[in-house]
Amino acid sequence: MASALAFVAALALACMPAVVSGAWEVNLDPGVTEISRAIFDLHMTIFWICVAIACLVFGVMLWAAYFHRKSRGAVAKHFHENTFLEILWTLIPIGILVLMAVPATATLIKIYDPRDAELDVLVTGYQWRWRYQYLDQELDYFSNMSTPMEQVTNQAAKGENYLLEVDRPLVLPVGKKIRFLLTSNDVIHSWWVPAIAVKQDAIPGFVNEAWTVIDKPGIYRGQCAELCGQNHAFMPIVLDVREEEEFAAWLSEAQAEAAAAGQESTREWTMDELMARGEEVYNTNCAACHQVTGAGVPPVFPALVGSPVVTGDIAAHEAIVLQGKAGTAMQSFASQLSAADLAAVITYERNAWGNNTGDLIQPSAIAEKLSNATGGE
Amino acid sequence: MSAVGTEVDTHDDHHHGPARGIGRWLFTTNHKDIGTLYLFFSLIMFLIGGSMALLIRAELFQPGLQLIEPGFFNQMTTLHGLIMVFGAVMPAFVGLANWMIPIMIGAPDMALPRMNNWSFWILPFAFAMLLSSLFMEGGAPNFGWTFYAPLSTTYAPPSVTYFVFGVHMMGISSIMGAINIIATITNMRAPGMTWMKLPLFVWTWLITAFLLLAVMPVLAGVVTMVLTDVHFGTSFFNAAGGGDPVLFQHVFWFFGHPEVYIMILPAFGIVSHIIPTFARKPLFGYASMVYATASIAVLSFTVWAHHMFTVGIPLAGELFFMYATMAIAVPTGVKVFNWMATMWRGSITFETPMLFALAFVVLFTIGGLSGLMLAIAPSDFQYHDTYFVVAHFHYVLVPGAVFGIMAGVYFWLPKWTGHVLDERAGRRHFWLSFIGVNLTFFPMHFIGLAGMPRRIPDYALQFADFNMVASIGAFLFGFSQLLFVWNVISNIRKGRQATDQVWEGAQGLEWELSSPPPYHSFSEPPKVN
Ligand code: HEC
Ligand SMILES: [Cu+2]
Repeated sequence: MASALAFVAALALACMPAVVSGAWEVNLDPGVTEISRAIFDLHMTIFWICVAIACLVFGVMLWAAYFHRKSRGAVAKHFHENTFLEILWTLIPIGILVLMAVPATATLIKIYDPRDAELDVLVTGYQWRWRYQYLDQELDYFSNMSTPMEQVTNQAAKGENYLLEVDRPLVLPVGKKIRFLLTSNDVIHSWWVPAIAVKQDAIPGFVNEAWTVIDKPGIYRGQCAELCGQNHAFMPIVLDVREEEEFAAWLSEAQAEAAAAGQESTREWTMDELMARGEEVYNTNCAACHQVTGAGVPPVFPALVGSPVVTGDIAAHEAIVLQGKAGTAMQSFASQLSAADLAAVITYERNAWGNNTGDLIQPSAIAEKLSNATGGE
Repeated sequence: MSAVGTEVDTHDDHHHGPARGIGRWLFTTNHKDIGTLYLFFSLIMFLIGGSMALLIRAELFQPGLQLIEPGFFNQMTTLHGLIMVFGAVMPAFVGLANWMIPIMIGAPDMALPRMNNWSFWILPFAFAMLLSSLFMEGGAPNFGWTFYAPLSTTYAPPSVTYFVFGVHMMGISSIMGAINIIATITNMRAPGMTWMKLPLFVWTWLITAFLLLAVMPVLAGVVTMVLTDVHFGTSFFNAAGGGDPVLFQHVFWFFGHPEVYIMILPAFGIVSHIIPTFARKPLFGYASMVYATASIAVLSFTVWAHHMFTVGIPLAGELFFMYATMAIAVPTGVKVFNWMATMWRGSITFETPMLFALAFVVLFTIGGLSGLMLAIAPSDFQYHDTYFVVAHFHYVLVPGAVFGIMAGVYFWLPKWTGHVLDERAGRRHFWLSFIGVNLTFFPMHFIGLAGMPRRIPDYALQFADFNMVASIGAFLFGFSQLLFVWNVISNIRKGRQATDQVWEGAQGLEWELSSPPPYHSFSEPPKVN
């Protein structure tokens, strides 16, 4: 017992400087929505009730362990039944549980109210990035982790938001009721941002709902919470919450950019342009599986270096990138990337890492394929 | 050798000792030999699963990827979970049941001795098959021990087939073990051993055996559905073919939640023997302990979706599963209060088994209380799939189930080997394990609340400090278990002769036999009064 006390004391001492400096986070984030604060309060209420129960039980045990020791001369009594006590310690816990259930039920009912949203965002999980579609705004983009692999493999110093930073955050307005519709393109993911207390599974073939009203502009970070394969740790979520006018300005700018990108496929591209764009597209969209070096992780993710598909018939290569292959992790990219990006990445694969086929695929050719495919449906 | 029996039967091997050589272990139908086999098997699995845990903690010592690839990390978390659940904890309890149930109820052996041999010998093959997948193309299963579809179907490595057959074999073994235990307890009790005189370890195991019979077939069903989805073109869990990935989770957790009670009820039984022994006072509230165990078992079938609060369940469903889960706290509380009352006004000493049993009560209670927090559905939206959950279930499984097993082993080891326990060595093992376990799992509550998801090989910088503490604790805990191995082996090899009663306050039939007991326990039924 003495050593146990010494241990607890040592642990408490060891924690002191940390608690003072605040570097060691130990609790939930109260967050920036009404719901997240309600959950935080509920969490703290239940927590303190649990602490009180623990103190009581452990206190009695410690008392007995100290005062009713044989070495102190304690002589064992022989009682072993007391119906009144048994009933008491059945009924009192039931009472406590009912007290806990009341605020829990109230909070849950509040959470389950996705009515009257002012903005709908369709969130789709992909291995391993998120896609955000603003449903009535004609805006649709992917959000990839932007932490460079050199930081992950310890070849570069880690940045402040290591693993929690993306190329394009989900931009949202403050003070509006936003409804999230969640689904997945492949396996189950879970979209979680602690500051708004939304965690909802994204399930292939089904659409889930969640909603929020955010009080404060700011950057809020989260992660995928459901094991979704190899790069599960590397699909963060970043919210960029802005005042209403700023959001509106951002929205029209983003829409204009998207429209301009659509025009890219009409002009003629040079090999250098395609290779530069292709490398970018490849590294953000394909390298997670096929690796930056094109070496893949056989047999699960095939190597593209010297691959018969990549160095052979162009049509077959285009087909697998555009349509994917059912039943494998190789998904269809036709609706994920623009015609220019698709042409660039295919050109890149055919000419990078010593594949040197010399083939150049024009965005216009891909655009034609894409429109034929949709026309034929 | 044991006394000559009175029957006319002249089978001349009937009252002899064990056969010689390896054949003793391969063909044995003796409950003690099979118990020993189970216990050693479980120890080996515990060390293998533990090494995987250490590899995981080594990778998580610092942010960044240092030692292993994310793909291999997922294989390690998956195998660690499967091996600890099906290879370490469950076989250890079956081993203890084999050794102790016949002795405690005054029977000569288990009711179905040949099936007993078979149910053990399936296990090494099942785990050899599972572990061999590490060397296959595409690697071992990497979808977590919960193997959620479609990660375990459409997106699984080829080794998923081996995983499915491995789980089938483990299930067959468990079902046969459960049938044997039920048959033994219902048919082979000594005259006078009425139901309400059964030792609590026997009661908790009887209830556990019924849980096993109820849910292992469900597990077999769900892995078979995975198998046919992978190989035979069905679409149980594939939305594109009209199936539903969430169906997988309902079926899995219908097995999975009773499974967690399968891993804890026998430990409740063990602790209910140890605390009265070292408090030198009868167990408080025997009858209420039996009823509480039975209510936990029944309720355990009604709470499965508390593992699924974020999959999109309607409000009414969330409320039902929240209330049902909270209700389990009542019988669990009754057990803790009864242990508390057993200690009260006893005459307590702190030998190694008692230390493990007391740590069990305290740390299991912490795990139980964090479980109560997790039951609160709105808060679970923040806790689910974070390290808070990892902390919770490791508190109920490591200082819960595993400490319960170790308490039992230290308690009964002198009876099995006839050698008095080396208390100094036992206490050294206890304190190192106790400190190690808390250093490992307590900080996980904090990193979970601060937002770290589970099953990730790399994490953001704000989680770094506590992860480092947890990793140091894990290595301390892991290496202390070598002391356990040492203690057990040296006790088997030598030690002062133990008395029949072994511990001053020990009561029950097992303490009336010699230490070690004769090869065939009770050839003639003892009198129970
Ligand atoms: C989630 C993992 C993943 C991502 C991301 C991914 N692929 Fe694949 N890719 C695969 C798998 C798995 C296959 C093998 C499919 C099969 O079984 O034939 C494959 C096959 C291919 C092949 C055929 C290779 C061969 O030799 O058979 C090409 C070409 C290809 N991918 C290109 C791409 C491009 C271009 C991208 C990015 C736009 C990309 N992949 C992104 C997993 C992925
Ligand atoms: Cu994910």
